[in-house]
Amino acid sequence: MAGGRGEVKELEILKKEGLSTLYPERVKISVGRATCGRAAGAEDVYTFLQDVVARRGLEWDVSTVGCLGFCQGEPLVTVQQPGWPRYVYSRVDRRLAEQIVEGVAAGKLPKRRLLGKIYSDDLLLTGEKVDLAPEGDHPLEKNPFYGPQVRIATRNCGYINPESIAEYVARGGYLALKKAVQMQPEEIIEEVVKSGLRGRGGAGFLTGKKWGFARAASGDVKYVICNADEGDPGAYMDRSILEGDPHTVLEGMAIGGYAIGAQTGIIYCRAEYPLAVATLKEAIRQAEKQGFLGDNIFGSGFSFRIRVVEGRGAFVCGEETALIASIEGRMGEPRPRPPFPAQKGLWGKPTNINNVETWANIPPIIMRGGDWFAGVGTATSSGTKVFALVGDIKNNGLVEVPMGTTLRQIVYDIGGGTGVFDLKAVQTGGPSGGCIPASLIDLPVDYDALTRAGAIMGSGGMVVMNERSCMVDVARFFIAFTQDESCGKCLPCREGTRQMLELLDKICKGEAEMSDLELLEELAYAVKDTALCGLGQTAPNPVLSTLKYFRDEYEAHIRERFCPAGVCRELFELTVDEEKCKSCGRCSEVCPQGAIVGEKDKPYRLDQDKCIRCRACLNTCRHKAIRVVPRRRYQPR
Amino acid sequence: MITINGREFPARDGETVLEVARREGIWIPTLCHHEGLNPYGSCRICVVEVTAGGRPGLTASCTLPVSDGLVVETDSERVRRCRQVLVRLLLAMAPNAPVVRELAEKLGVTDTPFKRLGADKDGCILCGLCVRACEQVGAYAIGFAFRGVRRRVTPPFGKQAAACMGCRACEQVCPTGTVKFTESGDRLFGDTWQAELQVVRCPECGAPVGAQPLFGHVREQLDNTGIAVENLCPICRRKKLAGEMAAVCVQPK
Repeated sequence: MAGGRGEVKELEILKKEGLSTLYPERVKISVGRATCGRAAGAEDVYTFLQDVVARRGLEWDVSTVGCLGFCQGEPLVTVQQPGWPRYVYSRVDRRLAEQIVEGVAAGKLPKRRLLGKIYSDDLLLTGEKVDLAPEGDHPLEKNPFYGPQVRIATRNCGYINPESIAEYVARGGYLALKKAVQMQPEEIIEEVVKSGLRGRGGAGFLTGKKWGFARAASGDVKYVICNADEGDPGAYMDRSILEGDPHTVLEGMAIGGYAIGAQTGIIYCRAEYPLAVATLKEAIRQAEKQGFLGDNIFGSGFSFRIRVVEGRGAFVCGEETALIASIEGRMGEPRPRPPFPAQKGLWGKPTNINNVETWANIPPIIMRGGDWFAGVGTATSSGTKVFALVGDIKNNGLVEVPMGTTLRQIVYDIGGGTGVFDLKAVQTGGPSGGCIPASLIDLPVDYDALTRAGAIMGSGGMVVMNERSCMVDVARFFIAFTQDESCGKCLPCREGTRQMLELLDKICKGEAEMSDLELLEELAYAVKDTALCGLGQTAPNPVLSTLKYFRDEYEAHIRERFCPAGVCRELFELTVDEEKCKSCGRCSEVCPQGAIVGEKDKPYRLDQDKCIRCRACLNTCRHKAIRVVPRRRYQPR
Repeated sequence: MITINGREFPARDGETVLEVARREGIWIPTLCHHEGLNPYGSCRICVVEVTAGGRPGLTASCTLPVSDGLVVETDSERVRRCRQVLVRLLLAMAPNAPVVRELAEKLGVTDTPFKRLGADKDGCILCGLCVRACEQVGAYAIGFAFRGVRRRVTPPFGKQAAACMGCRACEQVCPTGTVKFTESGDRLFGDTWQAELQVVRCPECGAPVGAQPLFGHVREQLDNTGIAVENLCPICRRKKLAGEMAAVCVQPK
C-alpha cells in the first residue's frame, strides 16, 4: 500500500518519531495548555517561554501537553532534560518561568512551587518502563494529590502533545486497534464484558452488554457515537481527555466500531468546548493520514471513519435519544425507549453510544485484557473513575482513582480537606445526583454504594461542601438548573420542576409552611416516577437526598425562619462571637459596608443596620468568630 | 400475551399497552393521545406501573409497546397518586379548560395547591396534538419553539403561518380550546397562528365551504386519481348528486 498506510511498519516509524519528541536529547519544557491551564494564564507562560528560549538562542523544545489534573496549581509546567528527572511546577508565572530557564542553564532548578519529580514513565499499554533518572527525592507519587491516583483513562493527559499522533503511538497507542482487528468481533465484546466496564456517562450500564445488543441488531449500516456533550455543572473530565489525549477516544471508537459492525463514528461534542473540537478534528486528520482511520485499517478489510458534530448548548442533548435527534437536525428532545438506540438509533439504524471516558478505557482493556481491568476497583464496579473534585476543598482538580476508594481518601488525602470549615456534604452526579452527608465519609465510591446512599456515580462531578453551605439552597440551585434545561416536552419535568423551584424559593425566603414541604416531597416523587427521560426522572434527586439527610435544615427554614448555614439572605443575621474574636481585624477589612468596627484587644462589633449579609466576614474569619443567628425581626412560629 | 391488572389478554406485535387496554375495556385516562396521530408521550397521564416483564416502574402506556410476559397495573396506588399530581399541575396551567376539569374529577381531584405560573399561555397545556395534526396533514405550518417553561407552539419565527392551509385540524384536536379560527366575510383568520386565508364559497348557494389553500392542497392530492373536486357545500353537493343519480338510476318507462 502506498506510503505504508495503516501498516504495522508505520507504527514502528511513528513510535520512533514520538520517542524522539517525548524524550529528546535536549532540554524540553512542556506547558499544560488545556482549557483549564489557559484560563490560569498558560498561554502567556507558553509564549513567554518561547520568547526567552529564542532570545537566548537556546536549542530547547517548548512543547504543549494536556492537563495533568491539578487545577489548583495551573498553569503547570514540566521540565525535562537528559539524565534528569522530570520536574513538575505549579502556578507558573513569567517570573518562575524565567527562573526555570535560568535554573536549567545553571544546572540547578528552583524549588519554588515544585509539585514533585518524575523519575520514570510506566507505559500502561505496553508494560514498558522508561527511566529518566535514578530514584531520588520528591517523587511526584509522594505528593498526596497524585499518590493514590491510578491513571487509566487519563494515562496520557499531561504527558503527550495532544497534537502529535507520534507521541500517542510512542506510549502504546493504536496497538490495541491493531490487535483488535485481528480478533473476532465476538472476542472483543467478550473481553469488554469480562472487564466489567460500566458506562462512565452516569447510568453505569455494562458496556460489553450494550455492545452485544448493537452487534446482534440486524442491519448493514450501524453507528457508534461518542457522547461528549458533558454538561453537569462543575464537571470537566471528558473535556480534559479530549483536549489531552484525543486519540484514545478515536482508537476506542474504532475498536467499538469493529466489534459492533459499524462503519461510521460520530463524536457529539458540545460547541462550548472549542479547544476539544479543534483537537479532535486535528487528531482525526492525523489518524486518517496514517491509515488508522479510513479504508482497510491494518489491512484487515475493516473501514471506519469518524466525524465531529457540535452540540449547541442544550443539557438534555446528553440524553441519548435527544442526542440522536440533535445529530439528525431535529429539536433536541428525548423520545420514549424502547426502541433503544441499539435497535433503532441514528437515522433508524442500530447505534451504540458511549461517553468519552468509557471509550478512553477501551484501548487498555484490549491491550491488557478484561481480567486485568476487572482486577482494578471493586467486584461490581471495576476499573477507575475520573472525578472533577471541586468546591470547598484545598486541592481541586481532576483525579482518577480506583473504584471503591473511600470518600475520605478523595476528600482528605487527595483533596487536602476543607480547611477551617468542617465538611458538610459531598454532592456527586451533578443535577441528577445527590448529597452524601459528612457522616458517610467512609463510603467506598462505586456505582452501587453511591446509589444506596441516595446519590449516583453520574459522570464524575464531585462537589465538596463545607458547613457554610445551605442544603436547601443547594437543592434549589440544582432544580433551577434542571428546570432551565428541561426541554419542556413532558408535563412532569417542565411544570413539575418549575413548581418545585417555586416551592424551594418560598422556603429559602422564609415564606413557606410545613405543608409546602409535604407538597414538595410528593411532587418530587411524582416527577421522578413519571418523567419521560433521564433528565426529568433524576431531576428531583438533589431535593430527595437533601430531604433524606438534612430535613432539619428545611424545617429550620420553615419553622424558625432561620438558615443555619447563613446562606438564604432573608433568614439570618451575623454577629461577632466575643469569646472567639481575636481582634485581628480581617473581617473589618473585607466588609464592603464598614459594618464591622473594632479596636485592638477588644472584640469587634457588627452593625446590623449596615450589614448586607454578604458573608465576606464569615468566609474570612479564621477563628470562626462570626456567628450565624436568626434574624431578630422574625419571630419563630 | 400480556397481563393487565392480573388478567391475561392477547396482544399483537406492535400494539401499545394503551391500545390493548382500550380494546379490552380497561380505562386509562389520556390527554395528549389521539387515535389518528402518532403517540407522543408528553402528558404522562396514561402512566401504568410495570411490575414484571419490563423495566419496573411507571411508564406511559401510549408509547409502551407490548412484549410477551409484560405485567402492568393501570390503577395501583402509585399510579393513582402520580396521576393526581399530574392533573394538579395541569390545573395550574389551564384551570378553566373543561377537559382538564373533567379529568381532575375522574381522578378525584378538586383543587390544585400549585400556583398558576406563566398565565400568559391562555390555557395551552403543550400536549402537542395541534403540532402533530398539522405535521401529519402535511402542512408543517406550526411547531414547538424554545425549551422548558418558555416552550410554545408557534408558526416559524413567531411570524404569520405562511404554510397554513386553513384545514383547521389543529382546532379540531385541541383539547383545551386554545387554538381558534374565526370567519369574517370572505376571510378565515387562524387567530392563534396569525394566519389569514381566503374563504371559498359554494358556487350554487354562496355558503362558505373552506379555505382556498386547502382546496388547492386537496386538488393536488387528487390530481392523479381523476376525481374532480368541486367547491360545492355539502347541501348543494347532495342536491347535485341526487340529480345525477336520478338521471342514471331512474329509468323512464
